[in-house]
Amino acid sequence: MTGTSVQREVHARLEAVTRVYPGAADQPPVSALGPIDLDLRKGEFFAVVGPSGCGKSTFLEVLAGLQEPTAGTVTFEGKPIRGQVAEGIGVVFQEDASFPWLTVWDNAAFGLRRNGVAADEVRRRVDDALAFMGLKDFARAYPSQLSGGMRQRVCIARTLVLQPRLILLDEPFGALDAQTRLLMGDEVLRLWRRTDATVLLITHALDEAAMLADRIGAMSARPGRFIEIIETGWPRERDSTIVGDAAFGEITGRLWERLRGESMKALGHAGMTAVAAG
Amino acid sequence: MTRVGVIRLVVVAALIGALELACRLGLISHNTIIPPSEMARTLWTLLASGTINGDIERTLGMIALVIALSVVFGFAVGLAIHALPRVREALDPFFATYYAVPIFIFYPVLIAIFGLSIMPIVLIGVATAIVAMIIATLNGLDRIPRVLTKVARVHRLSRIGTAVTLQLPAAAPYLFTGVKLSVSYAFIAVVAAEFILSPAGLGRDIADAYADFNNRRMYALILFLLIIATIVNSALHALDMRWAARRTGGRQ
Repeated sequence: MTGTSVQREVHARLEAVTRVYPGAADQPPVSALGPIDLDLRKGEFFAVVGPSGCGKSTFLEVLAGLQEPTAGTVTFEGKPIRGQVAEGIGVVFQEDASFPWLTVWDNAAFGLRRNGVAADEVRRRVDDALAFMGLKDFARAYPSQLSGGMRQRVCIARTLVLQPRLILLDEPFGALDAQTRLLMGDEVLRLWRRTDATVLLITHALDEAAMLADRIGAMSARPGRFIEIIETGWPRERDSTIVGDAAFGEITGRLWERLRGESMKALGHAGMTAVAAG
Repeated sequence: MTRVGVIRLVVVAALIGALELACRLGLISHNTIIPPSEMARTLWTLLASGTINGDIERTLGMIALVIALSVVFGFAVGLAIHALPRVREALDPFFATYYAVPIFIFYPVLIAIFGLSIMPIVLIGVATAIVAMIIATLNGLDRIPRVLTKVARVHRLSRIGTAVTLQLPAAAPYLFTGVKLSVSYAFIAVVAAEFILSPAGLGRDIADAYADFNNRRMYALILFLLIIATIVNSALHALDMRWAARRTGGRQ
């Protein structure tokens, strides 16, 4: 394995971040996240894995500015983020967030038009993004005429045209089959290399995290905290063929070793947790 | 024309033909129903004479007014109620049972208040049609995927921007169902109200023709209303199908 080209400059920082949800009637508050301390380095590909319900999506939403942290601070490019999405941050969600009433082209152009970008520039950026995402021939199609993977690519294209400097991906391939996920992973890597953006990927798939990321944050069961951050050491020029690399198996195995007990906790298997720990 | 469209046309033509035949062969008395061809001929004569133009303008104008008021205010009220969950919780039982109440029982009260003007008819029409639009609006807003709200925030849209560019189009299929229902209710309510007690309008004209045993005129006017209602509903249906095909890729 060779070293990565990631810079050491901090792009986004979370300090002592927690998120507590108020409890429903007669129920205690639910501590969903933290405390979390993390520096995202400029230009790196960071993946977050953890058991179901551990707060991965909450973490992403707090970082994006879609939720306010209960305590702690979040900064992006040195400026604080608190409950409002900062300029330069793009988010792709797990759910199909394409607009069914717009064509693929108009979906991709949505943000640019809202921002009042000149028509020529909109055309240039949208055509470029659709070509990059392999959607050029479907520009006039409606999302309903596309497969799930293609609709997710439409959402990525819509994010891409805005040229975000921090791209947050919330389990974007969760609903796709294994082969499509591998190919989509390749596309995300191409996108990351081309844009030089910092990418944060939330995923429940250990192999996906091991294949895509420079660093992987393994999260504990709720309230989610980073129990280990693993450096993969992959070269920047990489693709899904690294799944055949011996190091890939080592990384995946190490992640599972760290997460097995946490996953059992999340499932409520107290006895099994003791066995796993023992 | 599609195959389904051809079948539809054949069925309608067959029914009209059967009625024509039954009337011509004396299976149905002329005093009960006149042949459709005579209805059409009489209608043509009435339209050519211009004697019913005033009634047509009045009735269709009131229907258009009722539709406009019901759709605009129904949407606005639906939006407001959706934003106030406690108010909605309080009102939900009324909406659920609204159409179980015969709204027309209030018509005499409205005439007593407003007199024999167009006001009682418009109010009865709006009272009948608006709740369908309110319910459709609430239904549509409930079904907007939550992820769209997040997308709006990522794009840093204002509340109005979110409502206009994302929520409205996302809820449009449900809103359109409300519009279609409001149109149907507006036709029913306005013509029925004219029928009961009104100085003019097509409903009044049909009631007068019925009282005078003037079958030709009565059926001609009924045919006119049927044609107009069918054209309007077919246009709305075609529009609905076109939008649905876009959203579902032809899979429904």
